Amino acid sequence: MTIERPSVAIWDPEHECMHVAALRELQRERLKRIVRRLWTNVPYYRQKMQVVGITPSDIRTIEDIHKLPFTTKDDLRLCFPYEAFAAPLEKVVRIHASSGTTGKPTVVGYTRKDMETWTELCARFLVAGGLTSNDIVHIAFSYGLFTGGFGLHYGAERVGAAVIPVSSGRTERQIMIMKDFGSTALVCTPSYAIYLAEVVQNLGVARSDLALRLGFFGGEFWTDQMRREIQDEMLIFATDNYGLSEIIGPGVSGECAYQDGMHIFEDHFYPELIDPDTCQPVDARRGGELVLTTLTKEAIPLVRYRTRDICTLNPEPCPCGRTGVRMSKLSGRSDDMLIIRGVNVFPSQVEEVLLEVKGTLPHYQLVVERCGALDRLEVHVEVSGEFFADEMKQLHEMERTIERKLENMLGLRPVVKLVEPKSLERSEGKAKRVLDKRKDMAP
Amino acid sequence: MLVKQLSIFMENRAGRLAEIARLLGDAGVNIRALSLADTSDFGILRLIVNDVKRAMRILRDSGRTVSLTDVVAVEVPDHPGGLAGVLERLRDANVNVEYMYAFVEKATDNAVVIFRFEDIENALKVLQRAGISVLSAETVSSL
Repeated sequence: MTIERPSVAIWDPEHECMHVAALRELQRERLKRIVRRLWTNVPYYRQKMQVVGITPSDIRTIEDIHKLPFTTKDDLRLCFPYEAFAAPLEKVVRIHASSGTTGKPTVVGYTRKDMETWTELCARFLVAGGLTSNDIVHIAFSYGLFTGGFGLHYGAERVGAAVIPVSSGRTERQIMIMKDFGSTALVCTPSYAIYLAEVVQNLGVARSDLALRLGFFGGEFWTDQMRREIQDEMLIFATDNYGLSEIIGPGVSGECAYQDGMHIFEDHFYPELIDPDTCQPVDARRGGELVLTTLTKEAIPLVRYRTRDICTLNPEPCPCGRTGVRMSKLSGRSDDMLIIRGVNVFPSQVEEVLLEVKGTLPHYQLVVERCGALDRLEVHVEVSGEFFADEMKQLHEMERTIERKLENMLGLRPVVKLVEPKSLERSEGKAKRVLDKRKDMAP
Repeated sequence: MLVKQLSIFMENRAGRLAEIARLLGDAGVNIRALSLADTSDFGILRLIVNDVKRAMRILRDSGRTVSLTDVVAVEVPDHPGGLAGVLERLRDANVNVEYMYAFVEKATDNAVVIFRFEDIENALKVLQRAGISVLSAETVSSL
């Protein structure tokens, strides 16, 4: 069996392949409208504009967007729960919330029109990744406050596929359903796909008993290596899609059959890349923090929302015909990127390796120091549960394994140190992932 | 015939051992035997105590990483060559010892050696066949 690359199909050619000049004009109009909407309906953002001395009439061209203040997750927290809504609650038909690892979750709402937009955008990337009305879509995302399950559910139904809302968990049952119902498309997080592949093998289910041909993965950071692994193990064509609940959920961007970056649906979202420290625009190819403006959202329009996600943008035309700029896979989060000997290091990469070693994530911390002219990275790992063994030999082997895997992923070899539980610094209960001691030594 | 040993992960830092000993002492747990394996960064403290459950709870509650390991307590005659005799039997039967440590009994003329074997079942068979006395958990905790 081989993986079949789907042929190019486009759900909404009128918008997805829009001529760039027409697209800019549409963005300009929509930006003006959304800024006016915020000014009128969201006192919180109006005040932010007043602070920098801007009124809606100052926004005439798309470049004028640079005059507008950024919106951050902290803003949304201050607006908890409904202050950021630009539509009255009677017009809101759906509420979702982000996980909220620090304090209050962020709450987002959708009007009926927002739901329609969301559905259409999910249909766009599903078709881009090869979905047709003949498919049976197995959704293993959880259904709940998290936006993932619902977004793809509606999108796949819109395309005309048969949707199985399996939701998350109970892996063996997932596999039985996949086998018995003939699921052809899998929707879940990439790490769960890798786990599923393992369980399929352990259960002795033959790959020929499964009809899977497509995979739509998102919701977390993943690498090209993971894509190869998923494609090779599951024999499915795997595409990446991106979204965040604050913006709309899944449906901000998605890959096409060429698997070379995720097309941002620019008629609905205006992307910018900034340097996370200076907030100045950066060269799209060099990469920076993705900033998104929702151009059509009614319930929660957000202007220049700082996603904290780091990526590059590729404006080159894509052979598929879509004109929307392509964003790369995320390379991490701007809140905690480290540059060590010229290499970008993200805690998420370390997390991936640690997860791989024992299947669970221990508390860990990256400690960077400067020894002479060289930066030195230590990864401190708290030893508990699965990570403890009664034998020195095993603990040493584990240290070396983690070091080797990290070297493969990062391109530099860190020193792994095992430390006692609860010994790593935490701030307000949340682990502090990075300790950069180089900053203390600045001249 | 197996004895439960507590294995505790410790960073190699001044005062660590004292803290654990104090913690157990204040809880009325008596340490029967101990061994410490260490490197420059961390160590594993291995303890045989009179009240395993209590010790386990105290240590876990204090946030330490503890696990239980099955070990075998062997009675060895406390005279020159006593240990050699036991070890030779094990060697002849190709039984691998992961680690071991010993203490001297107060009441008798024997020493007790705690063994961690790679293959416990096989080790027990070999010891039994050789007529070497293996102590039960109850006996060890009441020593």
